[in-house]
Amino acid sequence: MDAVGKNRRTLQLIFRYTILIIVGIIMIYPLLWMVSATFKVNSEIFSGIGLIPKNPTLDGYKKAVTQNYGGDINVWKAMLNTYSYVLPKVVFTVVSSTLTAYGFARFKFVGSKILFALLMSTLFLPKEVLNIPMFVMFTKLGWVDSSFYLPIIAPTLFATDTYFVFMLIQFARNIPKELEEAAKIDGCNAWQTLIKVDVPMLMPAIVSCALFQFMWSSNDFMGPLLYVKTPAKYPLAIFVKLSMDADNGFEWNRVLAISLISIIPSLIVFFSAQNQFVEGISAGSVKG
Amino acid sequence: MDSAASTHKSKFFKRNVGLFFILIWLIGFIIFKVYPFATSLYYSFTDMHLFNGIHKFGLFQYEKVFTTSKIMKSLKITFKYAFITVPLKLIAALFIAYILNFKIKGVNFFRTAYYVPSILGGSVAVAVLWKAVFKNDGIINTILGFFGVEGPNWLADPGKALWVICLLRIWQFGSSMVIFLAALKGVPADLYEAASLDGAGKWRQFFSVTIPLITPVIFYNLVTQLCQAFQEFNGPYIITNGGPLQSTSLVAYFVYKYAFEQYEMGLASAISWILFLILLVLTIIAFVSQRYWVYYSDDEN
Repeated sequence: MDAVGKNRRTLQLIFRYTILIIVGIIMIYPLLWMVSATFKVNSEIFSGIGLIPKNPTLDGYKKAVTQNYGGDINVWKAMLNTYSYVLPKVVFTVVSSTLTAYGFARFKFVGSKILFALLMSTLFLPKEVLNIPMFVMFTKLGWVDSSFYLPIIAPTLFATDTYFVFMLIQFARNIPKELEEAAKIDGCNAWQTLIKVDVPMLMPAIVSCALFQFMWSSNDFMGPLLYVKTPAKYPLAIFVKLSMDADNGFEWNRVLAISLISIIPSLIVFFSAQNQFVEGISAGSVKG
Repeated sequence: MDSAASTHKSKFFKRNVGLFFILIWLIGFIIFKVYPFATSLYYSFTDMHLFNGIHKFGLFQYEKVFTTSKIMKSLKITFKYAFITVPLKLIAALFIAYILNFKIKGVNFFRTAYYVPSILGGSVAVAVLWKAVFKNDGIINTILGFFGVEGPNWLADPGKALWVICLLRIWQFGSSMVIFLAALKGVPADLYEAASLDGAGKWRQFFSVTIPLITPVIFYNLVTQLCQAFQEFNGPYIITNGGPLQSTSLVAYFVYKYAFEQYEMGLASAISWILFLILLVLTIIAFVSQRYWVYYSDDEN
């Protein structure tokens, strides 16, 4: 009996690890292949599936960093452009979402229930419906192609990314009421309570919001596609797309090198803060 | 100022301090949500063109949507895309999360490996990579070649190109998996013990203990993934350009083409409103059906 049970357990273990390893390879292999392809000569890239370049070369990178369109833009400039709107977006989102979440999670006020329902309903509102009038609006304001990426940044001042507000509300509701009451007894007003009690307690959630907004804004393609028209202002998302379109598939080492450079900041941020990502995304759904 | 009125005023403020904190959201909600939402509904009943403005009113844009076969086809493709992608993605996510939930050595390593594609997946860089992977001489076909299978020309075959777009999203099951994993950790261990004392095997336990307990999270993932799937844009725009033969022209792609390349804001708004109504109906169905299959711990059943 025992031996049979033991055998079964071993089989189960083997089964589990086999699945995990096979799926893991499927998940990671394309990314590793991408890294290795950037060091290969173009004739080698599609000649096999190996990861070690036979004739390692930096040609792809050399061409990647010198590529430019009309002399106005190169990969470094595009990176600078990207983070010149990503960072303000992150800061504005965090501040505006925290204020809003604090208001909804901690206070009852006139119409608070209806407003909360309206807030939640925007979680399901497809952006296609909003994009067209927003584009018309920003065109009339003269904000399209503005030098400060106004159409991309401005909405984040007003907590328009509902997901983050929702996530922060979920966290804020779990902060023990006693802490706030203690602050009140110490003579703190609502504003001081927010700064002294809630923000420190919410810090892990706030960091998660900042990280996700960083990733999503860096990846965002639709925003710059609609609102950035001048090559000198192109962010990475547009630059990478252009570099792929520009040739008919002969210089994949260059195209993949540009692509890889474009995601390096995201990779660094992800690997240095993995746990916050995991906790952030789980909390939004589970603690509700 | 009358002192009675001012105390009345200050009382109002005292009772509604919360309003002060949500004020910026409320302003943004009106400017960036309510106004565009109402305006796009209005545009959908007009011949709004970005440069020519509005000259006609009526239902003609909706008529045009329902009589233009390529738009109807794109709605169909979008359904197909969503109903392939969402179930496969959720099944993969749940299955892997279930395995990871056993005492697995290196669980953090695996979790990271599965999660990276989700984090990077929305980027243009990964779309470019996907195009390289599914090229005619790309690694997928090279690997199929090892098994003696001659792979199709994925990106040029109207029957296969949609799968390339679907697989890109399914490959990003990591974020749903992380959510499932957190939910599975919350299932009390004594329930499994009770079930195994009753002689239930691992699979029985999975279907009769695990699944019912995490239905709220399945529900959450289902709704959010469905919403995302119906709005997919990057894949068709970057990888396939909607082709070949419009086989990957999802609705969001069409809305973009009409609105921002031909400036037909009226027609594009009508299409986007139909997309919105479809999503609304699906969300309502999901919410109403909840009571039949979603288990909340404070319920009787």
